[in-house]
Amino acid sequence: MNGREQGGAIIKYRVYVYVWGSLIILTGLTLTAAALEFGGLSIIINILIASVKASLVVWLFMHLKYESRLFKVMLLLAMTTLTVIILLTFSDVLFR
Amino acid sequence: MEAERTEHLNQEQQRDYTGSKMGMWLFLYTEFLLFGGLFLLYSVYRTRYVEQFHTAAATLDTVLGAVNTVVLITSSLTMAVSVSAIRKGDRKLSVSALFLTILFGCGFLVIKFFEWKAKIAHGLFPGALEMFELPQGEVIFYSLYYVITGMHGLHVLVGVVVLLGMLTLLMRKKINEKDFIKLENTGLYWHLVDIVWIYLFPFFYLLT
Repeated sequence: MNGREQGGAIIKYRVYVYVWGSLIILTGLTLTAAALEFGGLSIIINILIASVKASLVVWLFMHLKYESRLFKVMLLLAMTTLTVIILLTFSDVLFR
Repeated sequence: MEAERTEHLNQEQQRDYTGSKMGMWLFLYTEFLLFGGLFLLYSVYRTRYVEQFHTAAATLDTVLGAVNTVVLITSSLTMAVSVSAIRKGDRKLSVSALFLTILFGCGFLVIKFFEWKAKIAHGLFPGALEMFELPQGEVIFYSLYYVITGMHGLHVLVGVVVLLGMLTLLMRKKINEKDFIKLENTGLYWHLVDIVWIYLFPFFYLLT
């Protein structure tokens, strides 16, 4: 096994700086969205923005883009589990 | 010479790069579900006490929260740069980026300390007498605020300690361009802590 094969591609610093810039801009966006007071829509917008930010971190900072399919499937599995738990809980709480 | 070569071979065989990383990801999923459960608790109570959650959330310091968001995002950047740098063999950059990550981590904790201190000075902490006079929903909000930011802060603290260990290994050349999995896994953990804060920030500080 040679060292070069391990870990796949090395992401360029420039890409990391772009990701960082996007995360800062999205933080500004979420602050603006909160200040505009969309009422009930506000929390949905903020969760959407947070999810975009989290995806950027997972995909590039955490290198998932370059991992094998198994890693991606595992993440999907964890997310599905949490979604099922959330849906089941709310199906109880909301219609009690 | 021969013994050295055998030892070298053994080391190569015992190192399982993908296995190590997969183990770390599996651990991160348990963390994901841990915080997911806490956020679920938050969401359920929020649907029950919408108004009171908003009143209580308005007392949190949005500026400090936003500053901490920027601090953590930037620490994630320096963490990622540190891993890339060591893989390219640039130890100097890797060390300085990791050092900056640790500084940002400590900065986050210092800001968090002052934020909690201000809240506690106002008598807003679990078990405080002032809390008994508040409506139920606000009490729950502050309790969740302390549990979730506390759990997150604990993760940052543990992260800083592990990062310090990695810094020592990096300077002792135990982490190098051939064997960087420890640093990479620590980085994965650090990014996860960042992701938790990315969700925590709008949930607690931006309820308008």
